[in-house]
Amino acid sequence: MKDFIIPDRDYGTPAAKSKTMVTLTIDGFDVTVPEGTSIMRAAAEIGITVPKLCATDSVDAFGSCRLCLVEIEGRNGTPASCTTPVAAGIKVTTQNTKLKQLRRGVMELYISDHPLDCLTCSANGDCELQDMAGAVGLRDVRYEAVETHFKARDTSGKANPQYIPRDDSNPYFSYDPAKCIVCSRCVRACEEVQGTFALTIEGRGFDSRVSFGAKTDTALTSDCVSCGACVAACPTATLQEKSIIEIGTPERSVITTCAYCGVGCSFKAEMRGDELVRMVPYKHGKANRGHSCVKGRFAYGYASHKDRILNPMIRENINDPWREVSWAEAMEFTSNRMKGIIEKHGRHSVGVITSSRCTNEEAYLVQKLTRAVFQNNNTDTCARVCHSPTGYGLGQTLGTSAGTQDFDSVEHTDVVIVIGANPTDGHPVFASRLKKRLRAGAKLIVIDPRRTDMVQSPHIKAAHHLALTPGTNVAVVTALAHVIVTEGLFDETFIRERCDWDEFQDYAEFAARPENSPESTALLTGVSAEELRAAARLYAKGGNGAIYYGLGVTEHSQGSTTVIGIANLAMMTGNVGRAGVGVNPLRGQNNVQGSCDMGSFPHELPGYRHVKGEGVREIFQKVWGVQIDDEPGLRIPNMLDAAVEGTFKGLYCQGEDILQSDPDTKHVAAGLAAMDCVIVHDLFLNETANYAHVFLPGSTFLEKDGTFTNAERRINRVRKVMAPRNGYADWEITQMLANEMLKGSGRAPWGYTHPSQIMDEIAMTTPSFAGVNYEMLEVKGSVQWPCNEAAPDGTPLMHVDGFVRGKGKFINTEYIATDERTGPRFPLLLTTGRILSQYNVGAQTRRTNNVAWHTEDLLEIHPHDAEVRGIKDGDYVRLASRSGETSLRAKLTDRVNTGVVYTTFHHPDTQANVITTDYSDWATNCPEYKVTAVQVALSNGPSEWQKDYAAQAAHSRRIAAAE
Amino acid sequence: MKIYLPLDSAAVALGADDVAAAILAHAAKAGVQVDLIRHGSRGMVWLEPLAEVETPQGRIGFGPMTPADVAGLFGDTNTHPKALGLIDALPWMVGQTRLTFARCGVINPLDIKDYRAHGGFAGLVRALDMTSADIVAEVTASGLRGRGGAGFPTGIKWNTVAGAQAERKYIVCNADEGDSATFADRMIMEGDPLTLIEGMVIAGLATGATKGFVYIRSEYPIAIEVMEKAIALARAHGVLGASVMGRGPAFDMEVRVGAGAYVCGEETSLLNSLEGKRGVVRAKPPLPALEGFMGQPTVVNNVISLASVPVIMAKGAAHYAAIGLGRSRGTIPLQIAGNVKYGGLYEVGFGLTLGDIVDKIAGGTASGRPVKAVQVGGPLGAYFPRALFDTPFGYEEFAGKEGLIGHAGLTVFDDSADMLAQARFAMEFCAIESCGKCTPCRIGAVRGVETVDRIANGDTAAIPLLTDLCATMKSGSLCALGGFTPYPVLSALHHFPDDFAKAKEAAE
Repeated sequence: MKDFIIPDRDYGTPAAKSKTMVTLTIDGFDVTVPEGTSIMRAAAEIGITVPKLCATDSVDAFGSCRLCLVEIEGRNGTPASCTTPVAAGIKVTTQNTKLKQLRRGVMELYISDHPLDCLTCSANGDCELQDMAGAVGLRDVRYEAVETHFKARDTSGKANPQYIPRDDSNPYFSYDPAKCIVCSRCVRACEEVQGTFALTIEGRGFDSRVSFGAKTDTALTSDCVSCGACVAACPTATLQEKSIIEIGTPERSVITTCAYCGVGCSFKAEMRGDELVRMVPYKHGKANRGHSCVKGRFAYGYASHKDRILNPMIRENINDPWREVSWAEAMEFTSNRMKGIIEKHGRHSVGVITSSRCTNEEAYLVQKLTRAVFQNNNTDTCARVCHSPTGYGLGQTLGTSAGTQDFDSVEHTDVVIVIGANPTDGHPVFASRLKKRLRAGAKLIVIDPRRTDMVQSPHIKAAHHLALTPGTNVAVVTALAHVIVTEGLFDETFIRERCDWDEFQDYAEFAARPENSPESTALLTGVSAEELRAAARLYAKGGNGAIYYGLGVTEHSQGSTTVIGIANLAMMTGNVGRAGVGVNPLRGQNNVQGSCDMGSFPHELPGYRHVKGEGVREIFQKVWGVQIDDEPGLRIPNMLDAAVEGTFKGLYCQGEDILQSDPDTKHVAAGLAAMDCVIVHDLFLNETANYAHVFLPGSTFLEKDGTFTNAERRINRVRKVMAPRNGYADWEITQMLANEMLKGSGRAPWGYTHPSQIMDEIAMTTPSFAGVNYEMLEVKGSVQWPCNEAAPDGTPLMHVDGFVRGKGKFINTEYIATDERTGPRFPLLLTTGRILSQYNVGAQTRRTNNVAWHTEDLLEIHPHDAEVRGIKDGDYVRLASRSGETSLRAKLTDRVNTGVVYTTFHHPDTQANVITTDYSDWATNCPEYKVTAVQVALSNGPSEWQKDYAAQAAHSRRIAAAE
Repeated sequence: MKIYLPLDSAAVALGADDVAAAILAHAAKAGVQVDLIRHGSRGMVWLEPLAEVETPQGRIGFGPMTPADVAGLFGDTNTHPKALGLIDALPWMVGQTRLTFARCGVINPLDIKDYRAHGGFAGLVRALDMTSADIVAEVTASGLRGRGGAGFPTGIKWNTVAGAQAERKYIVCNADEGDSATFADRMIMEGDPLTLIEGMVIAGLATGATKGFVYIRSEYPIAIEVMEKAIALARAHGVLGASVMGRGPAFDMEVRVGAGAYVCGEETSLLNSLEGKRGVVRAKPPLPALEGFMGQPTVVNNVISLASVPVIMAKGAAHYAAIGLGRSRGTIPLQIAGNVKYGGLYEVGFGLTLGDIVDKIAGGTASGRPVKAVQVGGPLGAYFPRALFDTPFGYEEFAGKEGLIGHAGLTVFDDSADMLAQARFAMEFCAIESCGKCTPCRIGAVRGVETVDRIANGDTAAIPLLTDLCATMKSGSLCALGGFTPYPVLSALHHFPDDFAKAKEAAE
């Protein structure tokens, strides 16, 4: 779907939501619009564009520019059409002699304080001020301006105190006050859309200036999170992408989907030739509604980073340097190795890891590779280490392994519980939508060991912050249920209608036990009983209650239990099945939902159907023409264990860096080192590639067609905006490998020529995708599964008339503490998380200018814990657990409680996962990243292990010079 | 011996505190028991500090007092050089129709008994027995219009708030009296604060509001102090609190102090300031009556509008409406200032001609030179030349002459005034005080100053540009600051064209 670079029509003010319609007349034409619509928007609906500068439909009307003045029959004066709502029967005139003169007068004033350098201005051709000067017919500026904001020096050569030089501190955009018309669109976007309040207007009258934070701040040192909302809102060159300044304006655009987090924002990739000029959030994107964060908006530079590998490489031994080879040679080498392993060790000795960053179609092909070509079920995906408990817990209780709502649902919620998630950093666009709702009056409960920005930041504050001890989620969730049960706050009608009443009775009896009361668990969880009771009452009785959760819930020994507990809470309070409620996992990666949907787990074929099901296997056997193994295959940790034992020898790992992202790095390294053929298919020589024999260069999301499925089950199109720099899209590479392996097998090779054909196969075999195809995605833009005959337009809200599994199932949530305990040697608890500017293992974001914000991982430690260890802010400290140790710098903060330390895992030289243990979720093996007993002490620099690791990585990354 | 001496800011500025100290010192020395009451001003500013000594015949005035005149008060007062005779018999007082200011300068402002004794709370007591709708109807029938300057019918505004459905409603009193030559708000707050409180309580009863704010400019420290004491007093006597006078609904109030921005006298920027935000103007709609303070329905009324309500309720709408001219009903506290012989506050029914006010009441200029112009309605009001002195004082009457009565402040200029300089001042004032939100005001005022300077330098070709700019500002500005700045500029240009051609003539 290409469109011209004519921007999406700007209606000037947001759409009104009223159901009552009003008819009025504008310039003689009748128009009918919802009550509360502005006259400006009503005019735009019938194609009449009233001149405007301060209005844009992403923010509320402001009424400052005074260009959009109109006349209304029978009313005094010239009201602004942006701030004046429609009324039935009024007759509006948008153009007459008086209005023309007024507008020209206003424009003459604007231009009297604006440099006339249009031809060399970076916004030339994309400037609303320029457009409006043309629209109102300004032909002359008669003022002889003495005071201006744009002249660096006055006529006598003296410095102009009103002149502020350009601020280039932000790596992605510049702020040039000389071009500013003080329309406040940026300030309002920062407040209303992003909710950060980093921008303000400083001074008054002619001295009114846009300012990042205080006067001493720059864009970079202010609270600005670089989401780009202000840049998108700016009508002039004042706030401008540096890429536009460097390249020029784009000439075409392609709508595609961001490849960072699970929010799945839609973007317009704006191009000039095959050069990406900028990414602009797409107004009609249903997940993001025109908003973006620093990653999706700006951090795409990794796609053209010099580190990117563009040719296939092989080596006999991981101690050898890499050798660049042709695709044909790479395929032959790989196929021979894998075939050799299978011959020697059997078909169960190899496997695959699908990628949560690649497309649905690519994930589907990778699992097909192992099931149909290797003929085993040894497939797993990085969801193993993040949201596998979600799949299990929600599948058991509600019947589907996915969130119940769309993101729009948050606009209808009254009480939100955010548990184990840090959306302002991990899912920033969703966080902005949530914050907007909170500012409108919804209440918030945060359950998190750390004082995240959701707990308190400008104009939002959680009603309750339950700062629990890491590892005690289940106890807290069950205590919430205890209060709801014992205080009679549950929704009996809902439970009787929608769930099994006897099962609820059983659960109620369990939850009501005295040992589950908040008073009993307070010592264990560190959460005040009174606070917890208040939170439970608020959630149960505060109106529409919605729960959003993240990896702080799942990445525990009891991750699945907590997910079940969360589902129980939603069911017992009747908070499922309508807008504003639900259970919503905030999924980490762009396509982690999709990779799970696509059968990436060893026990499930696409659509979460167990491999033991004969009927299911039959469907695929018919299409694939091969017998499918009826035994579940190995999970990632099992593969590594088997490798260490010597029974697992070959791995095809697409788009995942298990050495950095999986727990207990030493164990992962040992497993990889024990294999005979590790195939890494990635953009960069990642950490896992240090142990690889084959490196297949991957393609970025900009270079291929496909689909991503976001956290709200929304299937969004990914569109190719440029040719793959490595030569092939990832699905083509997997197909090449499959066909090389199939050579001589007598079986037909795969023959996909476009990902749409893969989607057709998915639709043919998987009921929840039955209605999905590319033609329909072109028309609808996106669709939420299930999409089939029963739901031809997809399913924004799940479980509306009944649970997918039939009756909602309550399951008891016994709290079994993790075996990871603090003690004299390891007295602190380490928990991990992420930061806004970096993404996951940082392979992408570290190769962008996002490093301006986060150059290294830091250890957050409470000042008390630091003091007793003699640690000062910025000191190098040794972080040690029973598994290993690493060194990093300390940051003293009371965001964490005493006894808790926190770090991120974005930088490989820190390798936080050297510290984490191999404890994992009882049901799904999801690793316990969030709780590790550690000790912290001053150190002199990198640990021995870090030095060894760096040396090994450097050694392993050598590439032999071309002969 | 009972002596009254104003605590009013104007009197204090003229030395009232020194006189008060002298009175107490003298009394102590002479062993005379003196009951010195600091009260409001009568409004005869040229006589301040004006001491009043209570006698069986009534209060005898002495002024303007200096500490040197104090001793004489304790002797034969008939021969006192500053003796003025009975205050109530002075022509300035006799000519007035004091309704709103009936108690100002009479009672002890912080004595609730004194307040009651002079008719205080009669309006509130009556209102407590009426329905909200009846109170609104009474105020509507009185014809009271917003005394802040806009002249919007108070009853209609109240009706909108009364009809709005909301959890909370507010009464906000605009006491950010920033116009040049205006001091009526300050005088009533200093001289009879309980009247304002009573008016706000009645507004609360009428609209269902339970909380009131008095937003007072920081330049009025005495008014702030007196209002705060009066509120505490009213609360202590049960007028304010959980139940008004023990039988009404809840109503309480507090004083909020501004931070020195003229534009915060504009009701929407006042509300922003009250909410702790930057004092920038909000677009209307939504009207503050529907979405005002904290987004809730809010009455925003000027001090005088609210302070006029008790007397309307006490004497009935008909009594009030019987006074006045055309659609301007009741009385208006004229504030006479500038180059005048008799400056001060003069409450009178609408309808006096401007000439009568300037020549008869104010007694012409203090300099003795002929009057050249009168600026009516503060810094945004038009300059009236003598040719328009037959204009009767009323909202529509002044609008008909391209002027406004505003908050009823009058600044008189003699023939030495340079009207081009006055036009420049108007633009400069707007440039300094602009909130900076809308373009016509933010940039226009600065360009206005520059353009007037061009004219001053002989560039008469810039005159059409100035009139175009004024047209843009008048119709294009978001609020009255930018919208009314053209009044003084255009009236100066229109009525005194010679002042705009001087440089050119000189050059020729």
